[in-house]
Amino acid sequence: MKVLHYWRAMWGIIWRECWRFITQRERFISALVRPLVWLFIFAAGFRSALGLAISPPYETYILYEVYIVPGLCGMIQLFNGMQSSLSMVYDREMGSMRILLTCPLPRWFLLLSKLLAGTAVSILQVYVFLGIAWCYDIRPPLLGYAWVLPALVLSGLMLGALGLLLSSFIKQLENFAGVMNFVIFPMFFMSTALYPLWKIKESSTFLHTLAQYNPFSQAVELIRFALYSQFNPHAFVYTLVAFIVFMMLAILGYNPSKGMMTRKGNTA
Amino acid sequence: MNIAIRQSSDQMPSQETALSIEGLSFSYSGKKALDSVDFAIQSGECTVLLGPNGAGKSTLFALITRLYDARSGRIELCGFDIKKQTAKALARLGVVFQQSTLDMDLTVQQNLGYHAALHGMGSKLAKQRIQQELQRLNMHERRFEKVRQLNGGHRRRVEIARALLHKPSLLLLDEPTVGLDVPSRQDIVEYVHRLAKDENIAVLWASHLIDEIFPDDRLIILHKGQIKAAGSVDDVLQQTGATTIKDAFYTLTQGAQA
Repeated sequence: MKVLHYWRAMWGIIWRECWRFITQRERFISALVRPLVWLFIFAAGFRSALGLAISPPYETYILYEVYIVPGLCGMIQLFNGMQSSLSMVYDREMGSMRILLTCPLPRWFLLLSKLLAGTAVSILQVYVFLGIAWCYDIRPPLLGYAWVLPALVLSGLMLGALGLLLSSFIKQLENFAGVMNFVIFPMFFMSTALYPLWKIKESSTFLHTLAQYNPFSQAVELIRFALYSQFNPHAFVYTLVAFIVFMMLAILGYNPSKGMMTRKGNTA
Repeated sequence: MNIAIRQSSDQMPSQETALSIEGLSFSYSGKKALDSVDFAIQSGECTVLLGPNGAGKSTLFALITRLYDARSGRIELCGFDIKKQTAKALARLGVVFQQSTLDMDLTVQQNLGYHAALHGMGSKLAKQRIQQELQRLNMHERRFEKVRQLNGGHRRRVEIARALLHKPSLLLLDEPTVGLDVPSRQDIVEYVHRLAKDENIAVLWASHLIDEIFPDDRLIILHKGQIKAAGSVDDVLQQTGATTIKDAFYTLTQGAQA
């Protein structure tokens, strides 16, 4: 009976998130426009400027558009994770978060369900993006589309957990602009999403070190290898550990006795 | 418009302690919001928690619902400690918060369905309970409308229906009539009072509006985080030597300030 309760609650949370995403057409379109602008405009412009040597998982010279696609998949998930975080802050300000937190289930489970819901939405967006990229002649092996699913689940969970963690610290919706400047942009630009590590090393070893330890880089590499039916154990372990750390901190942040909630002027 | 309510059974319902609070204190950055609060509420009783703005009513509600954690003191819901047996305690609690907590982009039915899922109800039972509660509040015909399309009074009714969906033993209402017009306010006040009697539910109603108190209500006057008076309306009048609740409230709150 208890298991059934957990199951129903989890599906309720996932259903609500997916329904909101589908019915908010503007959100769906804008989530797709961002990576498509990067793919069609930015990558086309930089194609000649950035020459890429052969490096795993690629077995031949590739166009810049091909290189950038896994990074843009990661970008979709990064922005979606932050969007979920934003909606958590919004829900908290608007109060609907209270309904979730006062239901008779452990808080860690509710946060995990919320995270799974956000990840499901991000995966939906990534597959639509990959479909458009396929029409643009960027075609990883067919099996790669299946391999990439578990990689997207893990990277989505990791980036979503980071969003959850941030939302436990953000007191008001207005503070969210700071997240864009201090988290999203540095994370995205200081990663392997747009250029490989060795390219960054050519300009700065310091930036190279930062990019190497950036969990977003590892998530992108996990997606990149999976998309070409390969497994990157280092990226997998790094992303998994980052997910566990972010999730535990987020649970702590939402714990009424230990976390940020005790210090806030507003109730959840 | 009168809100329908089911007829009570012939049997007299038994009284049980639905909420028990002992020695509850809470501070925000060194400032005491609640100071050694003690009281209990029995099933079938409607208790009005009266206090001016900033008295600590919302903090008390946040502690009962475990949005905040009480560092000192004890809160029990139907005998379950909110700290140690959180899930069992919360399963017996229905809440209507001061701010609306409905999802504006979902329909009435979807909002209630989401709540039912969080309480582990199967779809058949959920549908049945949603129908029952919405019919009682004359909102069933509007179940497919988005909440955004409803007026303030109707949104409040939906929130009350949602809070009752899982048949709680204790219903918390944090100033639920704020911003409503007089007929909507009256409907909700009368409905909740009848609900306490007929369904044997314990009600804790936070308010600063004296006209929401019925003669047979229990009263708790909270000021600056402390209970200044508690008991039946007559008890409170006797304790303060006042002839009206308004005077008693003034003596205990404004008088204490002077």
